[in-house]
Amino acid sequence: MREQIPAAEPPVVRLRGLTRSFGPSPVLNGLDLDIRPGEFVALLGRSGSGKTTLLRALGDLDQDYSGELSAPTARAIAFQEARLLPWKRVWENVALGLKGAAPRHRAEAALREVGLAHRLDAWPATLSGGEGQRVALARALVREPDLLLLDEPFAALDALTRMRAHGLVEALWKEHRPAVLLVTHDVDEALLLADRALVLEAGRITLDLPIGLERPRRTDLQAFQELRWELLKALGVELAPASPARSEPGNVHLRLIDPDVATA
Amino acid sequence: MASQPVTPVGVEPLGSSWRIPPRAISPIVLLLLWELGSRTGVIPPRILAAPSAVLSTFLELLASGELLNNLMVSLGRALTGLAIGTAVGIALALVAGLSKRGEVAIDPPVQMLRTLPFLALVPLFIVWFGIGEVAKIALIALGVTFPVYLNLYSGIRGVDAKLVEAGRSFGLSQWGLIRHIILPGAMPGLLLGFRMALTISWLSLVIAEQINASAGLGYLINNARDFLQTDVIVVCLLVYAAIGLAADGVVRLLESRLLSWRPSFVKG
Repeated sequence: MREQIPAAEPPVVRLRGLTRSFGPSPVLNGLDLDIRPGEFVALLGRSGSGKTTLLRALGDLDQDYSGELSAPTARAIAFQEARLLPWKRVWENVALGLKGAAPRHRAEAALREVGLAHRLDAWPATLSGGEGQRVALARALVREPDLLLLDEPFAALDALTRMRAHGLVEALWKEHRPAVLLVTHDVDEALLLADRALVLEAGRITLDLPIGLERPRRTDLQAFQELRWELLKALGVELAPASPARSEPGNVHLRLIDPDVATA
Repeated sequence: MASQPVTPVGVEPLGSSWRIPPRAISPIVLLLLWELGSRTGVIPPRILAAPSAVLSTFLELLASGELLNNLMVSLGRALTGLAIGTAVGIALALVAGLSKRGEVAIDPPVQMLRTLPFLALVPLFIVWFGIGEVAKIALIALGVTFPVYLNLYSGIRGVDAKLVEAGRSFGLSQWGLIRHIILPGAMPGLLLGFRMALTISWLSLVIAEQINASAGLGYLINNARDFLQTDVIVVCLLVYAAIGLAADGVVRLLESRLLSWRPSFVKG
């Protein structure tokens, strides 16, 4: 699929030598990145690696960087916490700041798309975590962005709700085709959704991994597992080889206990 | 027989139409003791009038129109002071809350002034404004300004910066941020301040009407004091209490209207 995009098409996001410092040490350190139109990119990295800093620069929430940054003006963010205004009804939250004709109508259409047609007039305080994030997605999508920035939007959801949210994001992306930058801690999430996974380390991209798996993706395939290991290795997680000890918790337990026994 | 509930001797179960709420019993007993004390001469009327005398005085004052007329005068004072004080408090809090320069200019003097017990300014106000209506209304307005200012100001400053940032990212202008995010977010603070302001306006009304008055509840009380009419004094005290209660009801109504989005108000 990536080959179908003409090479001549200019990237929708272009970063060159992007640097951002808080105090003396740079959080982003001369970072280069291109994102093509309609491309789904996942950005992984340990806490403090600069993921959110990069997303904030791309979302125009932070202008104190140096280097070259070009991004489309039509961009929208879905935050980690849904950040809904509690004093506005669901549809009003989605319509917030919308310009152009019939904002209510467009807000309702977006909410229908995320499956919340029945909650248009609800107060945000009555929504579940998953519903809140769906409203946040609708609020981002109703702006018809060329670049959709997702800042760990599913981190606070329970596992089942998160799986449904993944399916929804993929469907919405296929429908609207914005370029997406998904900041996440979750390797499986990146592999399920993204065309490309980036690993950010010390302010630079240390791994740029194309994910050529067919959609819809499944986690139980060998190819998926191999990509998973590669990503985890880049993130500094040394996977223990599958050993018999893993299936016998008692062994592990004994090993952990041993030093104490020895000192006792 | 043994399985039947035992009724203590002397306590007959009351019919449901006669049941008195348990919490009402001791106040009623106190009232009866008070009445008994008055009737037997233990409590002389110049110390405290009997409840029955208070009630008949209340009805008399009501019938003659004296009570309502004076009540209206008092209410007018309190509401005028409340309106002025609330408007000043809101204006100051908006300037201080919405701009850094406004904060630097306004917050320090207001914080310094609020440490003064404003009732201590009565002598100065009399010197400045005389003993007419202006001094009374100014005192009420001053007392009201501080709670409105302090609570609205901290309400504005307490608005979640993440919501403001989100609003900005969705293209709200500066005015849009104030209108859609900062002011609604500060509304609980404003209402809290207003609730305190109502209490204070009523309290400072009582003080202000002691200054000198030719009309109003305070005038009734002062007159009654000169003639040892304790029944009139008690009636006025009860009216003060009733108005305070009504004011609280008004704020509750405002809160349920304006804060209907709050989880405590949201049903289902």
